[in-house]
Order: sequence, then structure tokens, then C-alpha cells
Amino acid sequence: MTDTAPRELPLQELDEVIIRFAGDSGDGMQLTGDQFTSISAALGNDLATLPEFPAEIRAPQGTLAGVSAFQVRISDFAITTPGDAPTVLVAMNPAALKAQLHNVVQGGAIIINTDAFNERNLEKAGYESNPLDDGSLEGYRIYPVPMSQITRDAVAEHGVKPRDAERSKNFFALGLISWMYTRPVEPTMEFINTKFRGKELVIKANEAAFHAGYNFGETAELFESHYEIKPASLPSGEYTNVNGNTALAWGCVAAGQLARLPVFLGSYPITPASDILHDLSALKNFGVRTFQAEDEIAAAASAVGAAFGGALSFTTTSGPGVALKGESLGLAVSLELPLVVIDIQRGGPSTGLPTKPEQADLMMAMYGRHSESPMPIVAPKSPADCFDAAIEACRIALRYRTPVMLLSDGYLATSSEPWLLPDVDSLPDIGVDFHTGFNGTNEDGEGIFLPYLRDPETLARPWAIPGTPDLMHRIGGIEKEDGSGNISYDPENHQKMVNLRAAKIEAIDVPDVEVAGDVDATFCMLGWGSTWGAIDAAVERLQKNGKKVAHVHLTHLNPLPKNLGDVLSTFDKVICPEMNDGQLVNLVRAKYLLDVRPVNKMNGVPFTTAEIESAALQAMEAS
Amino acid sequence: MTDISPRTEPGDWATDQEVRWCPGCGDYSILTAMRMLMPELEVDRENTVFISGIGCAARFPYYMNTYGMHGIHGRAPAIATGLAMARPDLDIWVIGGDGDMMSIGGNHLIHALRRNVNINILLFNNMIYGLTKGQFSPTSEVGKVTKSSPMGSLDAPFNPMSVALGAEAAFVARTHDMDRHHMMEMFRRAHAHKGASIVEVFQNCNVFNDGAWEGITKKQNRDGNLISLEQGQPIRFGADGEFGVVVDNGAAKVVSVADVGVEALLVHDERKADPSTAFMLSRLSRGPFEPTPIGVFRAVERIEYATSSTSQLAMAHDNQGSGDLASLLRSRGTWQV
Repeated sequence: MTDTAPRELPLQELDEVIIRFAGDSGDGMQLTGDQFTSISAALGNDLATLPEFPAEIRAPQGTLAGVSAFQVRISDFAITTPGDAPTVLVAMNPAALKAQLHNVVQGGAIIINTDAFNERNLEKAGYESNPLDDGSLEGYRIYPVPMSQITRDAVAEHGVKPRDAERSKNFFALGLISWMYTRPVEPTMEFINTKFRGKELVIKANEAAFHAGYNFGETAELFESHYEIKPASLPSGEYTNVNGNTALAWGCVAAGQLARLPVFLGSYPITPASDILHDLSALKNFGVRTFQAEDEIAAAASAVGAAFGGALSFTTTSGPGVALKGESLGLAVSLELPLVVIDIQRGGPSTGLPTKPEQADLMMAMYGRHSESPMPIVAPKSPADCFDAAIEACRIALRYRTPVMLLSDGYLATSSEPWLLPDVDSLPDIGVDFHTGFNGTNEDGEGIFLPYLRDPETLARPWAIPGTPDLMHRIGGIEKEDGSGNISYDPENHQKMVNLRAAKIEAIDVPDVEVAGDVDATFCMLGWGSTWGAIDAAVERLQKNGKKVAHVHLTHLNPLPKNLGDVLSTFDKVICPEMNDGQLVNLVRAKYLLDVRPVNKMNGVPFTTAEIESAALQAMEAS
Repeated sequence: MTDISPRTEPGDWATDQEVRWCPGCGDYSILTAMRMLMPELEVDRENTVFISGIGCAARFPYYMNTYGMHGIHGRAPAIATGLAMARPDLDIWVIGGDGDMMSIGGNHLIHALRRNVNINILLFNNMIYGLTKGQFSPTSEVGKVTKSSPMGSLDAPFNPMSVALGAEAAFVARTHDMDRHHMMEMFRRAHAHKGASIVEVFQNCNVFNDGAWEGITKKQNRDGNLISLEQGQPIRFGADGEFGVVVDNGAAKVVSVADVGVEALLVHDERKADPSTAFMLSRLSRGPFEPTPIGVFRAVERIEYATSSTSQLAMAHDNQGSGDLASLLRSRGTWQV
């Protein structure tokens, strides 16, 4: 603590700010961003986050490849995206500045750790001259801060070695930003004490660094003002901040409770899906059994086995894993067993971009199994929506006895938003009954069990699990006779079974789409999954500029909502922004013969609001 | 036991499905052994599950009046692992051939064995691909001439017992399709073992690899070429027990008992914690033309996988209490608006 009297700085009110913390992947930027998010959430701001990190665990220090960033947008109004461009960049080293500068809005603030701008680091980042003095940062508000040095000085009194002291500089940055945006100190002190419990020296160092940063803002005559962002007027209730992967894990647990079934997860670690495995592995007191399999195939196959035994079965993965699971999913289609596959889509082909999102597995989800193997597809539209999507996927899987694909992506997986917690008692009952008695008779009039005798309403077959007396039966991947389930190579039976499997999926009770924005518009944007936030924000901007625009967003991709064709045909023009090369466009064109126009982006970065706004304006103007 | 009638008869374990293996296939005798064993195990049909992959052997579940799944090629151990974890109360048998288990499903087999999941794996080894009509398999001998290897197979074969022992299997046994009594005994032992058990069954494919095992399993060859491993007994064979097995220079070796004396023979101990001796025995024979051990190579106790999984659930329950969804959703901090 310093005893300098605080300066009286003007407090300016802002409606929002978009801050991007950027540093080396070892600099703790994700932790810093997370903590800033938590404090802001507690203050009642609306917020959205966008973490960005390299696939490598420790890419070479100081290089562009090693830059890790965390963008958080906080506001006093309701928002749906983490914002297009940061208004504030915290750059911990030259590489972070170089990698992130192009993102920052013109005139934006850049807070720079000047201590890291030595010759060696500049060279590693590929700077030929020091951007701090070559004029290349003109047009931005630059705040040079010797973060490393001040941090070292601040922690020295606690006996921290200079080498270790450096590690606390992210807390210095957090302290400084907390001061700038008038965030309270106490929550971060609590966080440090919980997070580093048992490591007294680390706690002291981080606390000292945080205070040093906070006080630096107050005392250094560098900043002209500090800012306040009032709470947003959100629907009242209890909120938590949740990212997509955690919401999915919680959704899986909730679905197990709502179906009164034990949860089984067969999984193989893969970015960006592993966190679901981690989260569920820690929830054993909910009766959740997790199995880290030897490969993606075994992960899916084990889930099929558990489903046969009567568990609510999941397998979690990303695109390359879905490719490997294909045969097991075909088996599940043929066995007509409930199973939920969670695909956190990432850039491809092949290994592609493990940490970057794409929505390019839609066709694989639709058609990525041999022969006619239809699977329902559910796609959450926001991080918190992942919770509901998991429950909905389970509802469909259980009611119709089918594997279901849930398509999230790397963006939803790691970004977070405030979530108005549901009343758990109001969540839907998705339980189904196991079959326990005969459902047919043989020629002698004795009771028999027909494992493929379908429910006339849902076309689902009875789910009789091992251990049920008298209902012993065999099922398999070979074509089965309708009703008895016995092996059948009969041509007519196969045609019938193909038709039945298709009809069952087609008839799933998915909700109709609703038109958001201007219902009477002639122009519509069609989206699915994680593009919801950006499209929604673009609609709002377009409307502010006097445009009429409608938004139709799909969270069910197979079957498509029954009213979709009719709804879309009411518009003169429909564009479809998606992070792939036009996959939904192809599906919709094929199904409804409608000229939906593609707007595609595949650079591993989610759509910005501006990109969608501009695509919409272009499309509206085009004749 | 004789005055208590068993809960079931062998016929209760048969289904109404026509068995469609080629006439003369070794699978028939394995099926008969299994149906005869079941009543003796005093188990219920509804608590018994047969899981298979793809191949001739994989049709097995359709012929057992239990719960069953005919899965996909090679994945039966993985499917069974999921089932065994979800339902530790069940008796699960996994049936597959040498192609299914050692080739396309090799990975799942070794991992199921090392985890010690409570499943009984029967590996029907006929050293050939039957269902795809006669290509060499991962247990075929080098030089095997088949449709896909007209100039002879180049692949060095797997020895399933060595693979299983290398994969940390706790129960490893071998039998053959010409000896129903021995098969039943091995299956019984496999069933009694808590954890993953593997039984290799030398099985004749009379269409694509007829007589492949005859050099050791034909009646007149058994005395000289089948070594029955008996727990606690010196390992010896021959019509009059004139041959035996010793360990010599780090390897098992066949000797004449007259030359070395009974005391020098290796005494079989399937319960040895260290698998090295069992491994030596698995390497004794290079193929079905010289003395080959059958019986239980290894039977040691190791904690069963689903049991461990269940104890972790119980421990979590004890430490954290029964999971409460409303609290879970609040576990990362909340705020009121």
C-alpha cells in the first residue's frame, strides 16, 4: 500500500466496455479475464466473454503463436455477443500487442507492459523497431506501464524471489483494470485466497501485485479518468456466469435426474470437448459414471453398451472424434437405443484448428454414417442455452430411442454469459419407462417379447434392459425383422425398416420456429447454433438504422421445424450466416427449394456483429 | 448337489433361431459346451448377456436365450465395458474370433484386459478369416497362402496368450473345441474370476482352414502335443507322462522326464503374481505342430474395474453428499438481479 493521497479523478459513466487481456500463454490471461468477469457479473453488468488460446500448452515464450487472450464485454444493457472489437487492450508483451492490435477500435486504449518491450521480445514478436517509439501506435491512446518492475518491487517485501515475482504481474494488470472500471477489491482478495489456498507466499504476492496495480491507477498521473458501468436491467432473479461446456455438463446431470436414470459418459480427451469430461468426472456424487476410453471408438461403443443396460448414455467429442464414432453411431441407429453425442465443433479438415470454432460438422451429423442412418440434431444457440439443449437432446433420445447429435462449438464451449438460473422443479420430466412385460403372443398363445414392436405414436421400440425376467432378446447391427427383431435379409422388410427409421426421426416433436425481429419484414436472416448472438445483435443495429429485418434461428436441425418452409417462404430474401461453406443453406435449399443465400466465414473466429450487419445490408441492396 | 434340480436345463438356454454355422464348424461344440455349462453355474438367463462383434463366432449371441448384442467389428470388448460399468450386476460374456479380437479390435481387447473389467472373453481362434471367405488372420502362420496372400502371408502372427499376459490380464486360459469337458471347465473358471478373463479356444474352420489344429488336438496327437496345465502339479505330458517342462536359461523347454527327473520339472502355479513364468509357457509352442499348453496360464486376483468405479461413486457420495442439482447450478457463485 502506498500512502500517497488519492487524486480526485473524474468518474465517467459508460454504457459498455470491451476489454481484451492479451499475453503469453503462461501469463495467466485466462485467469485474469475470468476473474474480471466474475467481479463484473456480481456487480450486475450484463456480459459476454471470448477466450482465445493457442492449441499448444506452452508455445515458445514471447512468440505470436504463444499469445493467449481473453475478451470480455460488460454493459449496462442486455447483450448477446462479446463484442466485435475491444475498446481496451491490455498487452503484456510485444507479441500480444502485435497479434491483437488489429482487433482494437481506432482511438481505443492500449495498456502496455513496457518492461516486456526489450530487444529480445521485440525480435521474437517480429518487430523491426519498437512500436512504443516508432509512431506506429498513433491513433490509439497508449498507457505505458512498467508492470513487471512495479510488481517485482511490490512483492519483494514478502520475500518472493524476483523470478517468481514476475508471475504475479497478471494480478497487477487485474488491479489496474479493476481500478479503471471501479470494480471492488474484496472479491478478488477472496478469490486469491481460495484459489491459492495453502500457498501463503503466492497469496501474498498476488495480493500485493493486485494492490500495486490498483494504486498505480489511482496515483500515477497517467489516466485522465476512471469509469463506471452501471448494472444492466436484466430480468430479476439469481444469476451465475456459465460457459457452454460447463452448461452442457450440468445439462447432462440434470437430464439424468429428470429421467431418473444413472448417467454414463464414455469419452476420449479431445480439444475443445475435454472440459465436459473433466466436469462430469467431478460429479460422481450425482451417480455419474465417467469412462475415459482407449479411443474415440471405444468411447462411443461403451456408451452404446451402457445404453443397452439402461443408463442415460453420453459420448463427448469434437469433429475428428465424430468421424471415428461413425460406425458405433450407425449401430445405435440400428439398435434404436437412446444415446447423446456431444460434438464441440472445431476447424478442420483433419486436426485443423483444435481451439477455434467452426460449424462445419452439420453435414457429418446429418449424413456422416454409411447408408441411411438418420440422427436427430440439436444445436444450442448460446453458452447458457447449452444446458437446455442437453436436456432436449436427452428428451428426444429417450422418447424416440435414438442416438442424438448435439452440435456445440469451440466458441460456445469457452465463452460465457450470465445465466438466469432456472427453478429446477420446473424443468421437464423426460423419464420413460423400461419395458417389463410381454407384448405379443406366439402361435401357441404364449406371451413373447417383440423388441421391435413399435409405439404407434412415436415409432419407438420398447426398451427392455438386461435383468428383466422373461424378456431376454438379442439385438444387433444386422437388419432386423420389424417386430420380432430377428435377423432378416428379406428385401421388403429392409425397405420397410429404412422407411420406419426415417419416419421415426422425421416425426420427432420439435417446436416450431418463431420469427424474431420484424415479423412483417421482407428480409430474413436464418441462423443455427452459436451465430445467434451475432445475428441478434446485427438485427438490433439494423433496426436502429430503420431497416426491417427478421431473424429465424434453428436449434433443431434434424428434423427441421415443421413450419420452417412456410415461414421462410414469406420473405423475399433470406440469407444464412454460418461458420462453414454453406451447409445449412444446402439442406434448406434441397428441402424447400428456396433460394437461401449463403454468408460464410471459416477463419476460426466467430462472426462479428458488423460482419453480419454488412452482409445483410449488401443482400438487401442487391436486386 | 444331485438332489437339488438345477434352476435351468441346457435346453432353456437355446433360442428358436436356426444355427447357421457351416456343418462341421467347431463353433457348434463350443455352443453346446456353453449351453451345458449354464445350468451348472446356477445363474439366471435374464442376468446373462452375450456381446459379440462381427465374424462367424459373433453370431453366438443369437443362439443363447439370454440378453445379447451382435455389435460391430472388433468393438465387443468396448461395448461390454460400458455395459459392465453401467450394470455391474450382470454376467457378461464377450465372443469373438481371431480377426475380430486380435486385429480390428486388438486395441479394445488389451485395454479391457488391463482394466480388469468383469467380462468373460472367449476368443475363437481358427487362424483364418471365415465370414469374409478365407483371408489370412493375425494368428495365421507366416507364409499362409490365401486369396489375399497368394504368395504367402508376410505377417508374423500374434500369440493370443502372450498378448493377453502382456496386457496385464489376470485370468488367461486356453482350451480347444474337441474337448467339451475341458472347454466347460475353462469357461467355468473364467466365469468364477472376478474381472476380465480371456479363454482362447482352438477352433476348427472346416471350410477355410480345415485341420489347422489337428497336429495337437486330434485324438492320437493329444498325448504327445497337448500339455494340460494343472495347478500345483509338475508340468508333464505324454501317454505315460514321459515328457515334462523345465525352465532353462530363461525359457520354458520340453524335456524327457527320464533325463532330468520329476523334481526338475516346473511346478505350475497359475496364481504367481509375476506373469513371467506364464509368459514363458505361452512361448513354449511355435504352432500347432509341437507340444502346446492348454489350461489356466494365469489366475490372479486384481481389483475389478466396475467395482472400483462404484467405490469412487460411493466415496464421492459419502464426502459430498447426494448430488443436489439446484446447488450444482450455484456452485460457481451467483448474484441477484
